Amino acid sequence: MNNNPQRSLFFNVDWIAVIIFLCLCTIGWFNIHSAAFDPRYPSAFDMHTDYGKQLVFIIVAVSLGIIILLLESRFLVALAPAIYAITTLLLMAVLVVGRNVGGNQAWISLGGGFRLQPSELAKFSTCLLLARYLNGTNVKITELKSFLIAAGIILFPMALIMLQPDAGSTLVFSALILVLYREGLSPYFLILEGLFITLFVLTIKVDNHLYVIGPLVAIAAIIMLLFKRNKKIVSAVFLGLCMCIAFIFSVNFLYNHVLKPHQKVRIDIVLGITSDLKGKGYNVNQSKIAIGSGKLWGQGYMHGTQTIYKFVPEQSTDFIFCTVGEEWGFAGAVTVLGLYLFLVLRIIRIAERQRSTFTRVYAYGVASVIFFHVVINVGMTIGIVPSIGIPLPFISYGGSSLVSFTLLLFVLIKLDSNRMGIIYA
Amino acid sequence: MNSFFVRRYIIAGIFTTIILLLVAKLFYIQIIDDHYRLYATKNVLRPIKQYPARGPILDRNGKILVQNEAFYDIMVTPKQVKPFDTLEFCKLLNIDKTEFDLRFQKAIKYSPSLPSIFEKQLSAETYASLQERLSEFPGFFSTTRYLRTYPDSTAAQFLGYIGEVTDRDIKRSGGRYQPGDYIGVSGVEKAYEDVLRGQVGVKYTVVNSHGVPQGSYENGAFDTVARPGERLKSSLDLRIQKLGEELMKGKVGSIVAIEPSTGEILAFVSSPTYDPNLLVGRERGNNAAKMYKDPYDPLLIRPIQAYYPPGSSFKPLSALIALQQGIITPQLTYDCPGVYWAGNHPVKCLEVHGVVNLSGAVAGSCNGYFSMVFQKIIDLNGYKKVDTTFSQWRTNVAKFGLGSRLGLDMPNEGKGFLPTAQHYDKIYHYGAWRSSTVVSLAIGQGELLATPLQLANIECTIANHGYYYTPHLIKAIGDKEVTTAEFTSKHYVGIDSLYFEPLIDGMQAVVDHGTAAASKIPGIVMCGKTGTAQNHGEDHSIFVAFAPRIHPKIAIAVIVENGGQGAHWAAPIASYMVEKYLTDTIRRPMDEFNRIKNANLMPDLANYYSSSKRSMLRDSIKKAKADSLRKLPAKKSVSTKSKKNNTIAYVTPQNNRRRYE
Repeated sequence: MNNNPQRSLFFNVDWIAVIIFLCLCTIGWFNIHSAAFDPRYPSAFDMHTDYGKQLVFIIVAVSLGIIILLLESRFLVALAPAIYAITTLLLMAVLVVGRNVGGNQAWISLGGGFRLQPSELAKFSTCLLLARYLNGTNVKITELKSFLIAAGIILFPMALIMLQPDAGSTLVFSALILVLYREGLSPYFLILEGLFITLFVLTIKVDNHLYVIGPLVAIAAIIMLLFKRNKKIVSAVFLGLCMCIAFIFSVNFLYNHVLKPHQKVRIDIVLGITSDLKGKGYNVNQSKIAIGSGKLWGQGYMHGTQTIYKFVPEQSTDFIFCTVGEEWGFAGAVTVLGLYLFLVLRIIRIAERQRSTFTRVYAYGVASVIFFHVVINVGMTIGIVPSIGIPLPFISYGGSSLVSFTLLLFVLIKLDSNRMGIIYA
Repeated sequence: MNSFFVRRYIIAGIFTTIILLLVAKLFYIQIIDDHYRLYATKNVLRPIKQYPARGPILDRNGKILVQNEAFYDIMVTPKQVKPFDTLEFCKLLNIDKTEFDLRFQKAIKYSPSLPSIFEKQLSAETYASLQERLSEFPGFFSTTRYLRTYPDSTAAQFLGYIGEVTDRDIKRSGGRYQPGDYIGVSGVEKAYEDVLRGQVGVKYTVVNSHGVPQGSYENGAFDTVARPGERLKSSLDLRIQKLGEELMKGKVGSIVAIEPSTGEILAFVSSPTYDPNLLVGRERGNNAAKMYKDPYDPLLIRPIQAYYPPGSSFKPLSALIALQQGIITPQLTYDCPGVYWAGNHPVKCLEVHGVVNLSGAVAGSCNGYFSMVFQKIIDLNGYKKVDTTFSQWRTNVAKFGLGSRLGLDMPNEGKGFLPTAQHYDKIYHYGAWRSSTVVSLAIGQGELLATPLQLANIECTIANHGYYYTPHLIKAIGDKEVTTAEFTSKHYVGIDSLYFEPLIDGMQAVVDHGTAAASKIPGIVMCGKTGTAQNHGEDHSIFVAFAPRIHPKIAIAVIVENGGQGAHWAAPIASYMVEKYLTDTIRRPMDEFNRIKNANLMPDLANYYSSSKRSMLRDSIKKAKADSLRKLPAKKSVSTKSKKNNTIAYVTPQNNRRRYE
């Protein structure tokens, strides 16, 4: 049976996804090499340096990928609740025994210099459990009960991570709404989310709420007048209007009374309300300078002045995209974004060729999480998204993030390679 | 496949759209917006200014008036400092341990990794002992800085001084100056700033995000070399400048000497003066503060900023105008009874001159003769046309450079004051004044005010028989003689040269056997005119002259404030200046020379109003005058006003009781 070529180790593996993965890891390494270059350790393999360590992480990640492909994946469905439970325990544990790094209590020390970030694992386990739940025969997301359970699966780890508090990782889970949408969630949720984001920005940016509420009421009134015969639309619009106004006031309350000053400043900088270029806005400003100075073809590998002279803090981790933009220019930046787009579209393609709902839901989860990371991270470096410290998948320096993304992706590849096999459950 | 299959395209569409939005923003900041490349360059490039040495200033014979001397700043980069013998170091710098700690903390506060000044402006001698040892103290190093030094400590107000640029200078310069740069603040330093400054060079250094230098940029391809300032040769003659300052010691006033054939300033003495070296270096701030507080105001540039009534030195002007207009002839005589009645106003003479013609009137300084001439000019067209004839007279006088700036190539030149017909209309109401009302103008009193430079310039005009050159202090820049049209064109005053002879005869007589006979220089024909400017308290002693009579080489104006009669102080001082300039020695007895040199004529402070408030005063003068003209008795009015405008004397027709010289 094992000699059957159809059952060989790498049978049905989606090589395109694997190649994109390898490309991104390689691009990542070179950019970390440039960003973290230390003339005292010229060797690319020196373990004192970030690029030396990243090389090890890449080897570990690739090995992990191979191991995942070697393992049997059919148990994952059964194991999903257990993995989710373990993750939940870890997320709770981290609040008690966790190490505080940079204001977030997100790490559990494993000894020997290694440490674990449960929130990274939570992305994986949440996708898995969500997939398993939606795979159920009687589950229809359009039904309130199913929707609430699915939302609960997503919101529970979010709440725990928020306590760390790690706003970036928390927000990542909101991307999973796309999964629910794909599985039948009403598009109004998407529209509402878009509307709320717009209102959020406007509320903060415009001093007087009346300037936001006024036009909103006017638009609602026009729609209601146009459809005055259709009671359903009138009442829906009225309800929506009430929700919007309530939202505006709650955002205002949140912004003024709940958000911490440093978070407010970050939002303000993105919205152009304040430009504290020497303080809180320094990172983003220097990052924009780095990317903007790249022009079309970039300053050249290891030639970006912003990169060499270390003007952008955290450049090898959260701000690695600066190096891409500065040294490889618009061409390089578009290439990287193109690879990501290609990857998520590829994952959608993979998702849609599954016979199993489980794999499809999981695939959409992976695509959403990766996509959200890319948009927030790149958006942050070019100043259109508030500074939220989340890494760029496969490219940013860091073992924890590279390993967890590899886990997400290779589990999908493994599940996909089994698409011709049995349909689970 | 389920019923929501189509939603894959919507999700794919959302992904694509958002990525394209990112690409669009990237396109904007990377391709369209050019600022970021610039900012990136600004981030890493530190243009370090290379300051050129400021040009030295020489006198007309090539003697140095100002030059640069090297001083040494001890710098420290706290991060590079390694443990060392602090006490030893303190001993070398002559500071104590607490002072050392204080400065070191300050340096750390400024920046641990950037150099900052630890000790300022060590002289070459102090530095010599430190230099060899400095390498024992890592983190400390020296930088050279050039400061102005004045080997003869002379011509302070003429040379002016330099100081740090103000915000206004920076704004006006359009980027040529930056905070911390030095700029000429007054005198020659200011006037010829562009020449003296040289060209600042720039050396580009690449720095990292902490501002620590990482080396030169593109191997210095964009660096520019500093070009030192030009050597400026001024027209000043160091010999007579120093002599003038010596003679004016203990006196308030000024000396201006001009070469009539060129308009070049030969001497420019403002007294009391100060040692220009005081406004350089570490004690500059304290010294400057002291000078500001000095009631005699040594910072005032008296030759061009102090206003005096010209007194008798002005008398010849109206006579020249009358000659030119044909109103009088040189032969016209006037029989002086010792007092001249201008209407109801008596103008007294020092003595009964008897019958005098023009030369005689000049030699004897007959007030009556010149008042008569003045009234003839003003009343030419009858009493009703006083306005127009006065304006005509004023225009003619103004041609001599009174009442306006002469255009000396030095900032802050004052205009003096030459009253207009409107001025009197305002005081007396229109048509209510006559030639007799303003007759004191004839003898250089009244509202008339002139700077010493203007007085010297009038002598140039007389020496040249009718024209003058714009006075200037520049002779050459580098090796190039300055011959601009501005300084080589003649300004004619509208008097034919033949009318000057009788006047000059009179002026020669003044020195030969007249009021200034005591100041006659053996072997030199000097033509001069003493003046005694009316003043409350003691009169100002004034003497104007030029010499020799044939081919005049020097024209001079000397004013000793509150010095009394012109012949007593101003005339001998002028004669020594002329003698020194023409013969390079003083042959006359040194007793008299020393008497004048050692005399202390400093005005009583109780009566001396700080002239730093002079500009305020100028505005108040007119009002004060107008008041005093209406109030009688005049004496009292003067004393009530004296607190306000002490240094500037005025005499009005009503209080014209005193005798004029």
